[in-house]
Amino acid sequence: MENNLLAVLLLLPFCGSVLAFSLPSDRLRPWLLPLCGTLHLALTFLVIQGGRPLTTANGWLGVDPLSRLILLVISLLFCGCSFYALGYLRYRISWGNRTFVGCLLLFLSAMTLAAISRHLGILWVAVETTTVASAPLIYYNRNRLSIEATWKYLLLGSVGIALAMLGILFIAYAALAGNGHVSLQFDDILHGAASYSRPWLRAGFVFLLVGFGVKVGFAPLHTWKPDAYGEAPGLVGALLAGGLTSVAFLALLRTLQIMDAASEAVMAREAFLAMGLLSMAFAAVFVVRQPDFKRMLAYSSVEHMGILAIGISVGGVATFGAMLHLMNNALTKGVLFLAAGNIHRRFGSKKVDDVRGAITLLPFSATLFLLGFLAITGSPPFSPFISEFTILQGVFSGDHYVTGGLFLFFLAVIFIGMGSTVLSVVFGNPPEKKGDENYRETFATTGAPLIMLLIVLVLGVYLPDPVRHICADAAALLEVRP
Amino acid sequence: MDTISNILLLLVILLNFFLLGSSRLASCIRTIALQGGILSLLPVLAHGFSGHTLFLSTVAFLLKGIAIPYLLFRAIRQVHIRREIEPLIGYVPTLILGTLATAGSFIFSGRLPLIPEHSQSLFVPVGLATLATGFLMLISRRKAITQALGYLIFENGIFIFGMLLTEAMPLMVEAGVLLDLLVGVFVMAILMHQINREFSTMNTDNLTSLKE
Repeated sequence: MENNLLAVLLLLPFCGSVLAFSLPSDRLRPWLLPLCGTLHLALTFLVIQGGRPLTTANGWLGVDPLSRLILLVISLLFCGCSFYALGYLRYRISWGNRTFVGCLLLFLSAMTLAAISRHLGILWVAVETTTVASAPLIYYNRNRLSIEATWKYLLLGSVGIALAMLGILFIAYAALAGNGHVSLQFDDILHGAASYSRPWLRAGFVFLLVGFGVKVGFAPLHTWKPDAYGEAPGLVGALLAGGLTSVAFLALLRTLQIMDAASEAVMAREAFLAMGLLSMAFAAVFVVRQPDFKRMLAYSSVEHMGILAIGISVGGVATFGAMLHLMNNALTKGVLFLAAGNIHRRFGSKKVDDVRGAITLLPFSATLFLLGFLAITGSPPFSPFISEFTILQGVFSGDHYVTGGLFLFFLAVIFIGMGSTVLSVVFGNPPEKKGDENYRETFATTGAPLIMLLIVLVLGVYLPDPVRHICADAAALLEVRP
Repeated sequence: MDTISNILLLLVILLNFFLLGSSRLASCIRTIALQGGILSLLPVLAHGFSGHTLFLSTVAFLLKGIAIPYLLFRAIRQVHIRREIEPLIGYVPTLILGTLATAGSFIFSGRLPLIPEHSQSLFVPVGLATLATGFLMLISRRKAITQALGYLIFENGIFIFGMLLTEAMPLMVEAGVLLDLLVGVFVMAILMHQINREFSTMNTDNLTSLKE
């Protein structure tokens, strides 16, 4: 019964995708999105509650606390985005949406597979499928810039993920050279990792870090991010920044679990720390005076992946902070990208020079954008404040004063840098040439980001016990066992 | 059996050099098809006949030897291009770099901590050399299609290395890996067509509007 639940969770969006490709009506097809999104969320709650570990008979699929967290994050985000998509696709009805809806659902099913996979090969296939399924989404606007963004994304993503495959093969070879028992089933790996051949294991870790690091968007492997997030529709940006990066980060966490089991945690955590600090530094440099507000959000995504990596590398209470931050980042990015998408649509531009005074033309979206900015930069009372503060607490209580100092410095620079862009977009006098004057905010396009913002706000004021347990259990998996 | 697979692996290296030195796209795609076909024999040759190896060989042959080259041929027919003109790094320099990388792979794999059964095997050095060739193609060519070819050569290198570890990957996963490759190339082929339509050339030099 419980295993069937996993199968249904996986097959629901997949069947939705097949249906979307075969339905002839552009008007009816978008309704598949909220239908699948809501059912997926309901099934996710069923899978999460109870807290028992679920695994299929062959051990390839299963749900552990980390999967629970990631499933919850992607399902919530997708559900929100699917309602937004109704409004968005109604507005662009003449553009056609067969590929768009079909690929969105395929993307959800690939993310779900990645979240519940307990086999490195399946994890790889799932992450690669997310790349292939999201490329047509980035290309939705069909112009020169979106072609460029899609080509870069596809080529860089494919090569990156190919490197990850090499890393997986190295881990398998480490098993072969270590104890001769080769299996890529995750529990088998954790069980045998202590006897693996060290050089191959370390080489495998490096390739996995670089390979999945491309998908996560750690600097300096992040170059596809500003282009893809900038050119994709806001809704796709939200799913990439909140969903895809979380799934890819899960793949990195799996790698870290293997390194922990092999008592190689020190090397792995140092690598995470270096990547994290570098990502924050790159983000701080590029976010200041950024003339394009969607690209600015992309650099913010690079920054937050860096924060997650730092939290994980420091360990202790910071691991809990990082788990909570993963959820906060996904939901807040959802708010920001969806609101930015509305502003982009109204003004017909995403350049700061053309977009001013959004609050007079689009009061709801502009307010959401402003509040989303405050949330993502870690202002109280929003939840990212709690998670960033927890990470910082872990950093200082672990006596990493240099890391802590740099962390605070980068946060401050990014706050100021993003602030100047966001304020000039939201306030001021609207320009004379006003873009698409027929565009109106509707409940569909502001309701979803509003609800996500409310969740972020509530989590900041009061962290409910179930959520706390999910994050704490996930963090417990990543603790180094002496 | 081993001698046959060794001869095939040396053939793969020769094809790598041919790919680095050739400017005609049609012959490059044929060479990729030939390389894919050769690689698809390796599972059976290296591990003997069994359900697993036969399945892997068949699927690899159908995808790497037939379906992917067909997609690429269709892409260049649609966009009417025949040659890679003016690569970023010339043909002779890439050939020299390719030779150095191949020699380096053989020296390097001699120093790797391989298990005794693999220490004399050609799989590791040829795999590394093919990876390096693919990487060189990726960074030295301008056309979208030659970059995609570079990615395919890179994948072939991983496939060769994976031959040492066929038991690690269950059938379903192998099939998924190859299917993802096929769909990836399919999406790339569509994009090539769009690049050509928008820019009336397939040179990725035009893809430089997005930057800071």
